[in-house]
Amino acid sequence: MPILEFQKVSKSYDSKSKALTDVSFAVEEGEFVSIIGPSGSGKSTILRCINRLVDATQGAIVFDGQDITRANKKEIRQIRKKTGMIFQHYNLVDRLSVVENVLHGRLGHKSAMAGVVGYYTEQEKEQAFQIIAKLGLTEQAYKRCDELSGGQKQRVGIARSIMQGPRLILCDEPIASLDPNSSKVIMDHLRNINQTMDITCIFNLHQVDVAIKYSKRIIGLTLGRIVYDGPPDQLDKATIYEIYQSNEGELITDVG
Amino acid sequence: MSGERAEKSPRPENQTSVFVKRKRTFTLAFLAVAALFVISALVTDYNVIAGFESIPKAVVWIVKNLVPDERAWSRLPNILAKLAETALLSVAVTVCAAVCAFFFGLLGTRTTKINPWIGRGVRIVASFFRNVPDVVWAILLLFSFGQNILTGFFALFFVTFGLLTRTFIETIDEVSADCVEALQATGATYMQTVFQGIIPSSIAEIISWILYMIETNIRSSTLIGVLTATGIGYLFDLYYKRLDYGSASLVVVSIVVLVIAIELVSNQIRKVIM
Amino acid sequence: MSELAVPVTGSLSLDLHKHMKKNRGGKIKIGAQSKSGPAVKMTLLVLLGLTIFGFLTFDYKGIDFAGAVSATMNNVQVVFGQPHLKYNTLPGAMHGLLVTFALGVLSTIIGASIALFGALLCARNIANARVATLVKGFVAFIRAVPTILWVLIFAVAAGLGSVAAVVGLSFHSAAYLIKAYSESFEEMDSGTIEALKASGASYWQIVFQAVLPASISYMTAWTFLRFEINFANAIAMGAAAGAGGIGYDLFMAGSFYFDLRELGFITYIVVAAVILLEIVATKVKAKVR
Repeated sequence: MPILEFQKVSKSYDSKSKALTDVSFAVEEGEFVSIIGPSGSGKSTILRCINRLVDATQGAIVFDGQDITRANKKEIRQIRKKTGMIFQHYNLVDRLSVVENVLHGRLGHKSAMAGVVGYYTEQEKEQAFQIIAKLGLTEQAYKRCDELSGGQKQRVGIARSIMQGPRLILCDEPIASLDPNSSKVIMDHLRNINQTMDITCIFNLHQVDVAIKYSKRIIGLTLGRIVYDGPPDQLDKATIYEIYQSNEGELITDVG
Repeated sequence: MSGERAEKSPRPENQTSVFVKRKRTFTLAFLAVAALFVISALVTDYNVIAGFESIPKAVVWIVKNLVPDERAWSRLPNILAKLAETALLSVAVTVCAAVCAFFFGLLGTRTTKINPWIGRGVRIVASFFRNVPDVVWAILLLFSFGQNILTGFFALFFVTFGLLTRTFIETIDEVSADCVEALQATGATYMQTVFQGIIPSSIAEIISWILYMIETNIRSSTLIGVLTATGIGYLFDLYYKRLDYGSASLVVVSIVVLVIAIELVSNQIRKVIM
Repeated sequence: MSELAVPVTGSLSLDLHKHMKKNRGGKIKIGAQSKSGPAVKMTLLVLLGLTIFGFLTFDYKGIDFAGAVSATMNNVQVVFGQPHLKYNTLPGAMHGLLVTFALGVLSTIIGASIALFGALLCARNIANARVATLVKGFVAFIRAVPTILWVLIFAVAAGLGSVAAVVGLSFHSAAYLIKAYSESFEEMDSGTIEALKASGASYWQIVFQAVLPASISYMTAWTFLRFEINFANAIAMGAAAGAGGIGYDLFMAGSFYFDLRELGFITYIVVAAVILLEIVATKVKAKVR
């Protein structure tokens, strides 16, 4: 059974235009899927529909055997607990320490009051330190996040999502604000997490070359419709140009 | 200004036209301001020459009369007591208004509002409290609370509450929007998001505004004191009307010292926490 | 998924404990090592302490609080629910509004003109350092005196009437705007001034060709903000220092005729005017930017 299934999902923010139109696909447990497409094609909307930061207008989204479009407030929290999310702008609380930000991943698991006052068990703290060590941030553990570089901030973001103990991690343009070296570090960490911890990863990427290099499956999205869904080696130039609605030679990314 | 972008253009003929255009804009703006000035002076019966002449006269008068004399110094304990009361009043008002404004403001931000209608309602209520002058509140409260410290308290509270609500909404939208999304995505509850995300990310800005409002409220409470015969404002008005300018000047000096001290301390705190 | 997502290995965990900071109870610390955290807590605690101390020591003169609150509620209902005009007329109130508006305009224009030169004298990047410190200190002093006291002082020193109000309000405006303008001058890119100096430009050329054009949008924003403050202050001066205008009408309605309904009507006029000003100011600021 797939861990995630989109069944004819549509989303419109206003009455005039549709952000997503009849999107259907299924993701198996442990997959590493990239969604590519031009800005405004609906990539972000797909990810945010999964953890209900955005509500789909039509269709069903089945996650872990449950139609999440019908989930109530309490169930939404349960779904969000099981899905980590990584953002383009890291979305950390800049004035708090690395450890505190990583521990935020536990908020969904805690009682409302313990979370409000920021009380964490020793076991949780040790776990946070282990994840921090795994991402190579031990030296930075007590630094405030506004003292970190972009690549380090994104690693904190990854650590926060692992701390949730998720089944699925949603990565919204995780390397769009990073230089090539940091991008590689981040992508390697995420692939490593996907392989060793068996966590399913869904990516939004706009770097086609990165998507081809790292993922075993690519979904191409144009104007809210899926135009390609398959392995990277079958993604030919013509399809890429179709996805980006452009002619040969107009794309910066050189597809080999 | 509209000309600035074109100014960087390398073509000289373009450049001259930009200078001409800018000169024309400046001239027009200057003429408009001058006209506004003349009309305003006519409306208020303001004599520009008398206005400027009054300044040296006033300075001479201030130097001669606004000097604390012996009688004034004997009143120092009384003045200091009222000054301390005013300082405590503006701290208490600002802290209470800030707490209320923070939680009320949460309902008005783009990221944490519960629904768009409540959000709009919050902004309208804040705008109302901000724009009804403190003078009106003072006159109004004088009827029910009389010459009481609470008259000043509530008059200042309402205006501070309105001002801080708007400011906090802007601050939260600017500083905290990203981390709110991330915390919601981890499954955190509303209150967890507030206490673990919004408060830590905006607290420095919030404190900075609180300190600023404390300083402003000391000045405002002097005004309300004059109007409602309470606090340090009343003391000044009392000496002033008895023509006891020496004592009145000591009141002014004590306020100046207090305000500047608060400003200096605030700047130090801002330096450390920002 | 297990509770610990990462497998614990002996050496890793031993190494990690070296990096963990413990508090006195042996619990692992999680807060950042910085001065700002404790400073924030201290500031909040002191403010809270002062607030509580204030409430405990205020002289309430044995007021019947519940009674006063319910009386206030009633009065608020009368003021905002049943506004009317009895002693004043609509043209009269409009004239009052016009006078207050004009007081605000005059004091803002005078204050801004003085501030323009004052700010040039105390912006760190274009002024003499010693003069700058002197001007800044003087300005801090003027700002520290509440506007109402300036107006009252000028009322004795220069005679009552609009002169005292305008000069008193301008004094405070000038001091406020000197600080605001000089800060926007200081934010300017220092390279621009250097480049112009190197090309042999005179002081006034630098001021008019570089400094003012670069900060004009900031200055406009500050000036409008100050105008809004001056308008509010002009209302207050009318009520508390007899400076005329709609503030005086408020005072008459409330404290002379004791007519809450008229107080309400005039308040509505004031609120409408202030909101209108805010909208106009936003439009003009957008244009200058």
